[in-house]
Parts: sequence; C-alpha cells; structure tokens
Amino acid sequence: MTILYPVSDDSGQEPVRGRIRIQTGPVPQPIPRSADDRAALHELRAVVFDIRDLSVYYGEKRALTGTTFPIYRNLVTAVIGPSGCGKSTFIRTLNRMNDAIPGFRIEGQVLYNGHDVYDTGVNRVEVRRRIGMVFQKPNPFPKSIYDNVAWAPRNLGLRSGLAERVERALRSAALWDEVKDRLRDSALSLSGGQQQRLCIARAIAVEPDVLLLDEPASALDPVATASIEELMHTLKARYTIVIVTHNMQQAARVADRTAFFSLDRADQVGTLIEYADTETIFRSPRDTRTRAYVTGQFG
Amino acid sequence: MGSPLAFAGARGGARATRQLGDRLLFGLCALAALIVVATLGYLAYQMIDSASPAISRFGLGFLTHSTWAPEFGKFGVLDLIYGTVVSSLFALVIAGPLGIAIALYLSMIASPKVRAVIGPLVEMLAAIPSIILGFWGVLVLAPFLVHLEPGLHSVLGFIPLFGAPQPIGISMFAAGIVLTIMILPIVSALCRDLFLTVPEDLKDGAAALGATRWEVIRGVVLPSTVSGISAAMVLALGRALGEAIAVSLVIGDVTAKHISIFQPSETLAGRIANQFPGANTSLFVAALFYAGLVLLVIGLITSLAARAIAGRFDVQRSYARAVAQ
Amino acid sequence: MSSVGELTADETPLFDPMAPLTATGNLRRRMAVSRVSESGSTVCALAAVAVLLILVIGIAIRGASVLSIGFITQNQSGLTGGGIANYLLGTFVIVVFGAVIAVPIGVLTGLYMTEFAGPRSLTGRTLKLVLDLLQGVPTIVVGLFVYGLIVLAEHKETGFAASVALAIVMLPLVARASQEVLLLVPGSLREAADALGVARWRTVVGVILPNAAGGIVTGVILATARAAGETAPVLLVNSLFDPYSTQLNIFGHGVPTVPMLILNTTDLALPDAFNRAWGAAFVLLVLILFANILARVIVARSRRRMGL
Repeated sequence: MTILYPVSDDSGQEPVRGRIRIQTGPVPQPIPRSADDRAALHELRAVVFDIRDLSVYYGEKRALTGTTFPIYRNLVTAVIGPSGCGKSTFIRTLNRMNDAIPGFRIEGQVLYNGHDVYDTGVNRVEVRRRIGMVFQKPNPFPKSIYDNVAWAPRNLGLRSGLAERVERALRSAALWDEVKDRLRDSALSLSGGQQQRLCIARAIAVEPDVLLLDEPASALDPVATASIEELMHTLKARYTIVIVTHNMQQAARVADRTAFFSLDRADQVGTLIEYADTETIFRSPRDTRTRAYVTGQFG
Repeated sequence: MGSPLAFAGARGGARATRQLGDRLLFGLCALAALIVVATLGYLAYQMIDSASPAISRFGLGFLTHSTWAPEFGKFGVLDLIYGTVVSSLFALVIAGPLGIAIALYLSMIASPKVRAVIGPLVEMLAAIPSIILGFWGVLVLAPFLVHLEPGLHSVLGFIPLFGAPQPIGISMFAAGIVLTIMILPIVSALCRDLFLTVPEDLKDGAAALGATRWEVIRGVVLPSTVSGISAAMVLALGRALGEAIAVSLVIGDVTAKHISIFQPSETLAGRIANQFPGANTSLFVAALFYAGLVLLVIGLITSLAARAIAGRFDVQRSYARAVAQ
Repeated sequence: MSSVGELTADETPLFDPMAPLTATGNLRRRMAVSRVSESGSTVCALAAVAVLLILVIGIAIRGASVLSIGFITQNQSGLTGGGIANYLLGTFVIVVFGAVIAVPIGVLTGLYMTEFAGPRSLTGRTLKLVLDLLQGVPTIVVGLFVYGLIVLAEHKETGFAASVALAIVMLPLVARASQEVLLLVPGSLREAADALGVARWRTVVGVILPNAAGGIVTGVILATARAAGETAPVLLVNSLFDPYSTQLNIFGHGVPTVPMLILNTTDLALPDAFNRAWGAAFVLLVLILFANILARVIVARSRRRMGL
C-alpha cells in the first residue's frame, strides 16, 4: 500500500528520518476512491505551474492553442497524445528551451509559483536552474561520468562536498552501484539506459525544483525503461515531475495526473483535450476523443 | 513490330550503344582521375629532379647553413627557414585565438540576421588576392609601421623580440601582420564550420542545467572540438608557411636571423618569388628548386597532419570552401 | 547520508522556489562573465570587418583618381599612362584557358569519385588524399613545377604555361565542388533510371549532370576568381610580356596580367605608376568580389528552389 502521509515507525525497519517515507517495489493498487475524491486530494496541493490560455507560435504557424491547466507540487503529471500534437513543444515552453528556435513566441501565460516565466526581466538561466530537463535521447557530455554530474554544481559554485553530491545524485538515479568503481571512465562507455539515468543524475545534482522529462524512455529497451519508471516514484517526493510520453501504459503506471493533448481536427493545431487524475483519464474519460485515444482507436 | 531478326538487331544495337557509352564515360572519368594523380606524382618528381644539382652539391647541409651568396655559388636556407617559421607562428599566435573568437561569435552568439551580414564579410577577407595585400602592405602598412614601431619598441623594448625598428617599415613584423590578415578568415571559417557540427542536443543539455552561454561554450563546445581546432590551426599554418607574394613584398629579402621582428628577413617562398626571375646560373636555379622542394614537403606534411588530427571533421572540405572565396 | 527522495530536517533547498525568477546565488557574477566573453567575441568580429573595410575602402580611394571608362578600355601608353585593357584581357584569356583545362578534368574526377569509386573504396580514398595534397601545395611550388615542365622545354615564358599553372591550382577546388554537388543528387534518381533500364551514361549526362549543374557552376566561378588573383605561379612562368599591346595568343607569347602589373609597379618609384596600380587593384578586387557575390546568389537561389 502506498502511504502518502508522515508516519512514525516502530516496526523494526530502518528508522525514518524526515517527513516523508517512500516504499519502492511493485506498483501498488490504488485505493478505491471516487473521481471527485481524487480530484479534491490533488487540488489540496500547491500549484507549481499555472498554464493560462497558452498558445505557441513558430513564426506564422501555430503549434499549440489555448491551453489552460494547473500542475501540482510533488505529483507526476503525464502529457500524452498522438505524435505531432505539441507535447514536446509544450514541455519545452515551460523552461524556455524553445527560445532559441527562430520565430518562437507565445500568447497567454506560464506562471511558475506565481511568476510569469516569460516576463521581461526574467533570467532564462535562472529559470532553467530551477526547472530541470531530461531529453528524449540521452545526451551525456564527452567527459567522465563523475565530471558529467559534477559539471553543473561546479558552475553553481557548489564545490564543497562535491563528491558526496555526485554520489547522492547517482544513488537517486539508481546508477551508483553500477558506476561507483569507474567514475573516471567516459560517460559514452555506458549503455543507453545507463546514459539516460546519468542524465537524470546530472539534472538532480543541482537540486532543481521541477523535473521535466521529454519522453525519457522512448529510446530505451524495456528493462531500462522499467528502471526509469521506478525512479519516478522515488523522485516525486522531492521534485515536481512533468513527463511527456507517447506510451499510454507508461503514463498509467507512473503518473498521478494526466493531460491529454491532441490535434484539433479542423486546423491541425495541438490543444489540451482533457486533464484529470490518471485513473479517470484511462477508466472513465469525459471526452470522446480521449476515450478514442486511450482505447487505441487512433494515434 | 518487324521480324524477330530485326527486333533482335535493334536490341543488340541499343545494347551496343549503351555499352559503348558506358565504357566511354568510365574511360573519360578514369582518365581524369589518372591525370590528377599523375599531376601530383610528376610534380613531386619534377621538383626533386630539378633540385638534384643542388641536392648533390649541398646535401642536407642546405638546410643547416645560412650563407646565401649566389655570386659564390653558396646556398643555405637556415635563415630562410627561421624567417618562414617565425613569421608564420607570429600570424598563427594572433589569428588563432582571434579566429576562434570570431567563429564562436558567428556560430553561437550572433543573431541570424547579424550573422548573415558579418559572416560573409569576414569570409570576403579570404577573397583578397595576396598580390593586393602585398601591394597594400608595401605602400600603406609599411609607412604606418614606421610610425608605430618606435612606440612599440619604447613600451616593449625590454623583450628582445621588439628590438630597434628599421626606418622603412619593411620587416618580419609587416610580413607577420600581412600573414595574419591572410589566415584569419581561414581559421574563422574552419572553426565556425566546426562549432556548427556540435550536436544541438549536447548544447541543449548543458543549457537545461542552468549554464550561461559562456559556460556552455567552455564546458561543452570547446572541449568537444579540440581536435578539429588543432587541425584548423595546422592547415592555416600551412597556408602561411607557403605564402610567397605578399610576404616577398614586405619582408625585405634579407638573409639574416634577427631576434627582433622589426628587422627585415626572408622566407623560403618569399626568396623564390624575389630571386627566381633573376636567377642567372643553373646552380642558382637548382638551389631555388631545392628551396621549393622543402616548401613542398612542408605543404604535404601539414596537409597530412591536419587530416590525421581532424578525425571525423572534414577539415579539408571547409578549407576548400574558405579559400575559394 | 540521507536516502533517496528525503529531505532531512537540517537540509534546506538551495534556493527559494517562490522567489522571483531573477539571478540567485552566484548567477549574477556568472552572467557578467558570460556577457564579457560575448562582448569580446563581438569586438573581434567587428575588428575583422574593420580590417576588410580599411583594405577595400583604402584601395578604392587610392585607385579612384585613375578610374574611368578609358582606364578599362585602353591599353597602356608610356610607362605610366593609359589604361589596363590589355592586362584585363590577358588575365581573362589566361584564366579562361586555365578553366578550360581544369573544369573538364575536375568534373570528370568528381564524377569518377561518385559514380565509379565510392568514398570507402581504395581508389576513392586515394583520390581524396591526392586532391587534399594538391590543395596544400604552395602556389609558388606549382609555378616552379610548370617552369620546369613547360618553360624550360619551350625556352620561353608563355601565357599557356600560366594557364596550366592556374589549372593545377583550380583543379582540386573544382573536383571537390563537383564531387560534393554530385553526391547531393538523390540516390532515388539513379535507382529509378536503373530500374527503367536506362544506360548509365545517359543517366549521368541527361539527369545527374543537369541536376548538379548549379553547384558545379558555382564551384567553377569561385575557383576562377581565386585563380584570377594568383600571382606566384604567373610570376615564374609568364613574367616577360609587352606591356603596351594586347596579346591574346597565349601560345608562344608572354601575356600581360593584372597581378603582374601590380607586382612590377612595386619596382618603379613613380607615383603615377602607383595610381595606375591602385586602380588596377581596385578593378581586380571588384571583379573578384562580384564573382563571390554571384556565387552566393546562385547558391541561395538553388537552396530556395530545393525548399531548404
């Protein structure tokens, strides 16, 4: 059973330090609750991202239209939908990674903890420091494993306790045991799954506030995918996670809430169709398009 | 259709044309390729052959002696090698970092609109023929240096490199500046092509970790392009080592090894350009061919070294595009 | 060591998530460093542009005094008078003849490398090596080679020798440009022609070469522009000519060329001669820059047509 609230423990297991205790292992069955109960529980949480009527343009072409929904703290929020519906565009808009693309502009607002991310005077580098990202294809630097993880903390001036920081990040990414004896080896000598976990370790080494994952397991084999998914459960205690995936089963396994994007039939622009807790999206979606997608009728 | 015989004949005729055409095409192409290889081979052979009177007379001592006295039949290129190396290194030391900085600007910093203007302008520096650079060097740069060198000497004169200046501005320094102008666009174009090959997702990964643009450059772009940058430097150095005309006009054609760059000097290529038209004995001509042979060897070595260092980056391709501008 | 995902009581986050999105921690200093490096690079780029402008404008100003229609259309008269028409024609004739030699050989070599010897085959790699080495041969050495090859045999310096020397300089550039453009022709075209049973040579002549024509022409223009300014080889094999008359017969005669005019002027101490040389330099520079711009325009237009 998944325990979400602080408990004291005298069952003889390792003493709990801290406010939250997580249990990893097989995905537990959700406690049967009504859809309204689940919605209420989520809405008790703080809102990390408040997306308000967001539209994204590349020059004249509109890629995303009128999207509005909140993303809650310490939950895993999945973004699903058919290919080309703007999922990647959406998630990259959250930490201003689309700025370099020529012709990019937005209408509407992206509020992070109440602050407009696209406000003038916002420091882009600071945004990315707080909102980290892991990409679809693993992109380790051509450096050693240690230096990959240590690079960003060094930039930030976190030089004391660097080795511990690197170890902690690698442990959190479930990679430590596999690499602890070869930290000086090149990161490119790792397998695909290991490289992706290295990229996750790299991202959490600087302890951001949010983790954005753009199809992190799509380039990986099933075993590596399973290990990445396991991480989601442990990481969400510390971070708010938004994950884009084209794999519906993955969303069902991993996410607390799910946003379904699709292409507006008329003008081929991506838009949010439905947003709810994962169980509702998959068991009793309200929109027929959502139902058609999750039952595999298209996409 | 006609009779089967006619049909077969028509087909046979068509096939014959096809075979003839294909064979002709292959023959022409192969012939062209053969001419290319033969040209290089014959060039090397010709140089050795024409230099052989001097080679048999001086042997390798040609490279270790400094005396260049055509009237007495004594030829040695040690001072010329010195001049070649010093002037080219001077140019590389300045044009190298400058070229890298410009390449970073064009590939990573400038907005696309600005890049479309500044990029071609920098490339056009490479289009200026060496004769025009040399001519400008003699008539504009040298007089200017006459004013500049005393000032530099008074400030930096404690370093032997910046010794007493000459009254006419013709010097190793002038040659170095002309060579710098000549190889700067080459370094810049090569490095710019190189930086553009750094995968976008690598730079994205660094930016997503909250790194500033300079940190992305220093941490990811530069380390991953070190071998390419080295190859670019080697190629640019090779270009400078082989430059004849521009250098010949501003360096003074003086056989001597001066520490001070404000003194006149001469390079291998410059010596050939300056003295070949007036070479009046066969030994003189052979000695100049020998100097040319040394230049050929230098050129071949730099090309081979650049290929070897560059790894996957096709540095010669960028070089061809940079110089044919 | 705190275990995964836990926040211990004595561990605080590195920043306040609720704070406004301006620089925190050491970011302000790092931004300053980044800005300094960006400014430095910008200054370097502007310095290079400044050097270009100093050169071009300097040449233009100094050559302006002699520029006129007559300058381009009349031959030289006297030591320092008249125009440069014979030099311009001479350069043109020599360069064109050099191209006549270099372009067929270069294009056919490029064809050989794409049609008959793949980039991984031994012949393909050897050819690439040879072309790279040829590219790296100093032009003065090319001049020496042609001197030994032709001038010594004919006992005189001729425009033909200069054409051959320039052809050797142009050859690697044309071959490489051809090869690159030919590689761009989609393999599907070749496969379709093969499937239809069309002869190889017909495919090449009728489909592939026309497809690659734009790129080849661009390469030829650029190589020709480069050759027009080459002085070292011309100096060694074509330095004796009549400066007062037009000489279009490159066989058996020395032909006046613009680079030689400028070079010879440096030996004269006459200001009028210098003015003429500046004017000639300006004309040469304009022609070369014009060729470069023309090549860029062709490339841009063909890129637009391909939808890039």
